[in-house]
Amino acid sequence: MELLIFYPLAGLCVAFALGVVINNSPVGSAMSLIAMMLGLAGIFVLQQAHFIAVLQIIIYAGAIMVLFMFVIMLLNLKGSGEDASWRSRDKNLLMTVLSGFLVAGLLYKILCVLNSGEFDSPASLPENFGTAREVGTILFTEFVLPFEVASILLLVAMIGAVVLAKNKVD
Amino acid sequence: MIDDAIEFLEPYTYLIIGSVKALVIAGALLGIVPLLVWLERRLMGRFQVRLGPNRVGPFGLGQPISDSIKLLFKESIIQGSADKFLFHLAPAIVVFTAIVTFAVIPFGDPITVMDQEIGLWAANVDIGLLFVFAISGMGIYGMVLAGFSSNNKYSLMGGLRSSAQMISYELTLGLAALSVIVLTGSLSLIDMVNSQDSYPNILIQPLAFLLFFIAGVAETNRAPFDLPEAEQELVAGFHTEYTGMKFAMFFMGEYINMVTMSALVTLLFLGGWNSYGIPVWPIIAFAGKVGFLLCVFIWLRSTYPRIRYDRLMTFGWKVLVPLSLLNLLVTSVFVVL
Repeated sequence: MELLIFYPLAGLCVAFALGVVINNSPVGSAMSLIAMMLGLAGIFVLQQAHFIAVLQIIIYAGAIMVLFMFVIMLLNLKGSGEDASWRSRDKNLLMTVLSGFLVAGLLYKILCVLNSGEFDSPASLPENFGTAREVGTILFTEFVLPFEVASILLLVAMIGAVVLAKNKVD
Repeated sequence: MIDDAIEFLEPYTYLIIGSVKALVIAGALLGIVPLLVWLERRLMGRFQVRLGPNRVGPFGLGQPISDSIKLLFKESIIQGSADKFLFHLAPAIVVFTAIVTFAVIPFGDPITVMDQEIGLWAANVDIGLLFVFAISGMGIYGMVLAGFSSNNKYSLMGGLRSSAQMISYELTLGLAALSVIVLTGSLSLIDMVNSQDSYPNILIQPLAFLLFFIAGVAETNRAPFDLPEAEQELVAGFHTEYTGMKFAMFFMGEYINMVTMSALVTLLFLGGWNSYGIPVWPIIAFAGKVGFLLCVFIWLRSTYPRIRYDRLMTFGWKVLVPLSLLNLLVTSVFVVL
């Protein structure tokens, strides 16, 4: 039963992920990305992690992608015709090499996890699995250092963005 | 014969109850929309010392029916430069998200019918409030895409404005709701109502109530915050190019969102279906509170002029957000103590 829901969801995710890359218009790419994130949220629900699923929708599909759309629409990117400068990314050698490294690293990590046997799902889930309380507790005890480091990083990025934008306006 | 049928259907009870509930709630929501339109036009008429629609049927009640028939049969025009797929998708997203949001809104204690306990909600999610925020956040895309796909600068500006406005005011909405979450210690809307059985939250959280309601009016794009469709600057904003039923769907979404927002305010601050000693059915108490808030929405619309766009942003970021943060801080300190 679980597989019956998982495979269509996973298939949709992969299809939309491909859509992000091969779509001709930036808005189409952004829409595919949103649809892919909704599919991911569905997979999270299937894993009993309702809280994470809702966060995935609120933060990624909701907040971040709205900003993406905002930028696309403000710059009025059309993608086709003479105004195709946004596609010049596929000629950028440095980007290609860096993302190649990223993909290679991810694949290596996935292989490691698959081979280590940790991938087998536990026979029974703990009762509070995936609830907001549980996620919060783990975040503020076991992973408190990475959590705080990430917050500081975001804060620095935010201040940096404000400073840069202010210079432009003045 | 009937016993056989019941026996056969036994294992599917959950499925049947769920589908019936979903159909009833979606149908009721769609049925409320023409009634609300009628109520708004009649009340606006009264506020402006005129009669409002009163010719079709008793009290003009036939007016929304004839209006919707007209909209249904009107020719749907799509201009050639529009992005066809997104143009059709946008109104669907608006109505879909509006209806789905209502799925987690409870409106009464569970009742028992034929030995089956039936909860008066379509879905009982233990993170109900977050679900509402998540799905209503998706509704922004309907307006943004409508603005973008119309390929018209007024529509585009309307879409941009709506997304900026909704992101800004969602923050206040979330922070104001957070103080209630801190008080209740739960994200479930049912728990929140049950925690208010002796007094409603508005008595201990008046500021949060005010902030939530203001942000709620802004989230539903209602006057005085209906900047995305400010007609003197933007023609009609993101739905300038829409005609017929697709045009009406944006308004269906807006009115359903109004009902959802009133229901949320009722659940979070006014004690939900608790009637505090007044002898009415819980569901009537709930409907009465929601109806009152809907009238306040209409009242606001006919009282205040639309505010200027930069003032809207300043008000949102420099007044509402700091106030809601302060409110959250004070509430958390009190809860911890």
